[in-house]
Amino acid sequence: MHEDDHDHGAEGAAHGGHAHPPLQKDHDAGTMSPYEVLEEALRSLLIEKGILSAEEIAGAVDLMDSRTPTLGAKVIARAWVDPAFKKRLLKDTRAALLELDIDIGTIAEFATVENTPEVHNVIVCTLCSCYPKMLLGLPPAWYKSLAYRSRTVVDPRGVLGEFGLELPGEVELRVHDSTADLRYLVLPMRPKATRGWSEAALAAIVTRDCMIGTALPRVTAKAGPRRAQRAA
Amino acid sequence: MVNRMSARRLEDSQTPRFAPGDRVQVPSRPVLGHCRTPWYVRGKRGVICAVHGRFRDPERLAYHFPGLPAQVLYKVRFAQQEVWPSYRGRADDHIEIDIYEHWLEPAR
Amino acid sequence: MAPKRKTMPRKGAGGRAAHDIGGLNFGKIDRAEHDPALWEKRTDAMQRLLTSPGKRAFSVDGLRRVIEDYGEQVYDRTTYYEKWIRALRNLVVEQELMTRAELEARMAEVRARHAKAGRRVSKAKIPW
Repeated sequence: MHEDDHDHGAEGAAHGGHAHPPLQKDHDAGTMSPYEVLEEALRSLLIEKGILSAEEIAGAVDLMDSRTPTLGAKVIARAWVDPAFKKRLLKDTRAALLELDIDIGTIAEFATVENTPEVHNVIVCTLCSCYPKMLLGLPPAWYKSLAYRSRTVVDPRGVLGEFGLELPGEVELRVHDSTADLRYLVLPMRPKATRGWSEAALAAIVTRDCMIGTALPRVTAKAGPRRAQRAA
Repeated sequence: MVNRMSARRLEDSQTPRFAPGDRVQVPSRPVLGHCRTPWYVRGKRGVICAVHGRFRDPERLAYHFPGLPAQVLYKVRFAQQEVWPSYRGRADDHIEIDIYEHWLEPAR
Repeated sequence: MAPKRKTMPRKGAGGRAAHDIGGLNFGKIDRAEHDPALWEKRTDAMQRLLTSPGKRAFSVDGLRRVIEDYGEQVYDRTTYYEKWIRALRNLVVEQELMTRAELEARMAEVRARHAKAGRRVSKAKIPW
């Protein structure tokens, strides 16, 4: 079982069929880095001293593995079809996620910012790499990069341009720097061409990058109700 | 182990100093140690757009203190043209940052 | 291995801290996707567990503070998880959950075990 959680952003179609992204060089091959050595040493000592257990650590790894952009896409799709849910999501994201049995835990609070015809939102954390990982899973490497963190606040249009996203001239670009205990989720606009689509079909066009703000949901020839299972 | 703490966010009935719509300024003052107010907004003026509630102070939590008294956390909106002298974008582009009360003063 | 990064001196900018990089220009964004390695996922897991209300060994703020104190040479030349595993190390020792000596001894054992199993193991040290 392999969840399709390797979103490639809005440009994913360029990769054709979903080729598995290349593994990092230090995956059990090549030289073991001192950091990998440290992780093993630290973990074994924490377990030996009864501070953490192997089961707890494995469970925490599994928990994060279970949080993926697919989960976030379900939330967005629900907000698109249910205006009352959308209102609740914008007002109190934690509570709204709990309605869908998504518990974001104690790390941080969540807030949702809505794209409109007038405003496009994009999320960054210049100071470290804060990210709504209890919903979307671990962030992509680029989100944590010095390049993204440094430039998005001062040149957001240039950064979006690198992601292939050009906004219409009259749209306000609003950047959110996650500097404190809130993690931000972008609620993208529902494309007009999706009238009558099921929630599943809608969720299928919401990529991770749409919820960060570096992409927009795309209706392509392949997307649509025919691709996802029809309800009854 | 040190400092058993409760959740970071605290319920509090005290009135926040600022309200949405208030014009505020981030002071330019020297920082010693951990700080979550970015360099690029020091000395800049913005507007409160939301009040998030009270949270333990990260500047103290970072050194194993309980982070009390909890600080009110605000979402503050800045015009990009106010923040960056050579900003290349629209005049109504904005940046919003979550800033703790002790890093805000009324705008002059 | 950590990719080569161009470091950007911050001292001349009037006192900006090493991690506080909003507004600087670190160049083009590398959008290559790859899965985190298992050791990286475990680093993230241990960080969440040790800072959770149940354990509270230290706060995530403490981890950030340690990372911020690395200085820009280290900061710009290490990856995200390299920063965090090093910070976890420093904080468990700071909070006296284990000693430096214990950690260094265990690292030597880990290196030896993997080398014996035929894997090439870096002998590089991570400065305290």
